Amino acid sequence: MKKRLELSFDAAMLAALALAPFYLSSYHLSLLGRFLALAILSLGISLIWGWGGILSLGQGVFWGLGAYVLAMHLKLTGLAPGDIPDFMMWSGLDHLPGWWRLFQSPLPALVGAIAIPAAVAAGLAWLVFDRRVRGVYFALITQALALAFSTLLISEQAYTGGFNGLTDFTTIFGRVIIDPGFQRGIYWITLATLALCFLGCRWILNASFGKVLLAIRDGESRVRFLGYNPAAYKTVAFALAGALAGLSGALYILHVGVISPAMVGVVPSIEMVIAVAVGGRASLPGVILGTLLVNFGKDWISSAMPEVWQLAMGLLFILVVTVLPQGLAGIPGAAARLFRPRRKRQEPEAPRREMRKGAAMAAQEKD
Amino acid sequence: MTSPLLSVENITVSFDGFNALDGISLQLMPTSIRVLIGPNGAGKSTLLDAIIGHVRPSSGRVVFKGRDITHMEEYRIVRDGICRKFQAPGVLESLTVMDNLNLAARRRRECWRSFSRGVAGGTYEQAERVLKLIDLAGKRNLPAGQLSHGEKQWLEIGMVVASDAELLLLDEPAAGMSHGESEQTAALIRELSSQHSFLVIDHDMAFVDQLDAPVSVMHMGRMLKEGTLKEIRNDPQIAAIYLGRDKEASVA
Repeated sequence: MKKRLELSFDAAMLAALALAPFYLSSYHLSLLGRFLALAILSLGISLIWGWGGILSLGQGVFWGLGAYVLAMHLKLTGLAPGDIPDFMMWSGLDHLPGWWRLFQSPLPALVGAIAIPAAVAAGLAWLVFDRRVRGVYFALITQALALAFSTLLISEQAYTGGFNGLTDFTTIFGRVIIDPGFQRGIYWITLATLALCFLGCRWILNASFGKVLLAIRDGESRVRFLGYNPAAYKTVAFALAGALAGLSGALYILHVGVISPAMVGVVPSIEMVIAVAVGGRASLPGVILGTLLVNFGKDWISSAMPEVWQLAMGLLFILVVTVLPQGLAGIPGAAARLFRPRRKRQEPEAPRREMRKGAAMAAQEKD
Repeated sequence: MTSPLLSVENITVSFDGFNALDGISLQLMPTSIRVLIGPNGAGKSTLLDAIIGHVRPSSGRVVFKGRDITHMEEYRIVRDGICRKFQAPGVLESLTVMDNLNLAARRRRECWRSFSRGVAGGTYEQAERVLKLIDLAGKRNLPAGQLSHGEKQWLEIGMVVASDAELLLLDEPAAGMSHGESEQTAALIRELSSQHSFLVIDHDMAFVDQLDAPVSVMHMGRMLKEGTLKEIRNDPQIAAIYLGRDKEASVA
């Protein structure tokens, strides 16, 4: 019953989203498209934080890696042969750096946008988790990483476009990006990718992997003393979240047409986590919904009263943590508990349990 | 003469210069029970920690099934056949009772083998068997966090049993249990000792008496005496120094 309800909720959400190009203005469709792209990243945060108990305040790094890799490709495809991007010329470079060339053709760029963040995430995670660093210390490490990443991007202007980042993309795979028909296509591609990632995550979490991950959140050392190596599981989860973040970043820039250090630093990374907390970190549909609502809210508030946005975000976070620890996904359960007549409590501690089985019975008979 | 399953050889563990274990040795035969008693701070839990790799001894070694495991990774020691119940109940609270047991009974514990749905037949049967043994069949789908304290204790004992390890280390399995519950626990351990070896720590002398097994007394990181509970009780030195203080009066 509960399962069917969930399923119909998911299906209704998918149908509403798939039909959005027919009832939303192109402005709102573009917003929705980029927020759906962000929701892919949120699935990854749910995986590591909601299930694995790993709080990362640096998902912007992996998201940014995916975005930058695809942006490099888009930058290159718009050039006449032999040309180099404008910002490189301004910075005094006279030829394309070798590692930029890697992403000249579409396939390496697409693979790289997912594989590079996944590999970086896996490397970091293994280094840290194998040494049993966790909790707040891990969160601080990832936050420092986000800061370092955006600083590095700004300082290496000749290679990264510096503070302004990479922008002015014109074509992808031979298609004109700003063409409205193509924008609609990108919207559906984003939605389909999100749906696939959603199903993939749900499959993984229903497999033994998800159970072990949840068990690690409950008691990492208990799991270790059942013969599992938590570091391996956490590393795989973190790498998966990195891959999802990279994919999300790559799709995102197709909607907005720009990537810059300000979009990948500490503050965006924290906003990503807040969106997940609002939706309910352990619920996959919840985090998608949370991401959409928080980001539409952000767009709405920051266009009406730009200075209030960060304050509102902070208040929202406090509200969720104190009142709704399970986020929006916890509302149905909380409501049900509120309205359903109190269930009789489990009979408290039967004074002497009836033994039905085995040795104890035999032993008692002997007595 | 069979060779011992576990042999702790002259182990010393120190924390900041204080020797929690001071050259301690212990041998355990296959399918036998050994009880460890001693006052708080005697080093009983630390001994279990050292066996399972939770703390590393500064000297001495731990040999299990003829193999030196002193510096093995904890999870590899477990896969090798030693499983431990910790003092505080450590069930996995958001998993159901059955999932707790499945997780413990699972043989494929490597990460890359965890991307399959469902539970292998052998694992499932093992979990079912243990579920009946610990009498929680009616609560199989309940999240473990909702169990009572005694039930959690049993579930964790069940998890250790489900792991099918040859050597089971139980740290105060009867703590917080009612008289009847601890009686059942002792009976369970006695029955299972036909397939597993047990190293049990407990303070409850009635429980230790029901286990009906050789007792080792520890004090200040050393092994003071080994014998039956009766011999231990009648040892004037031990009675005077340890048991006499708190436990013996209530048991006698």
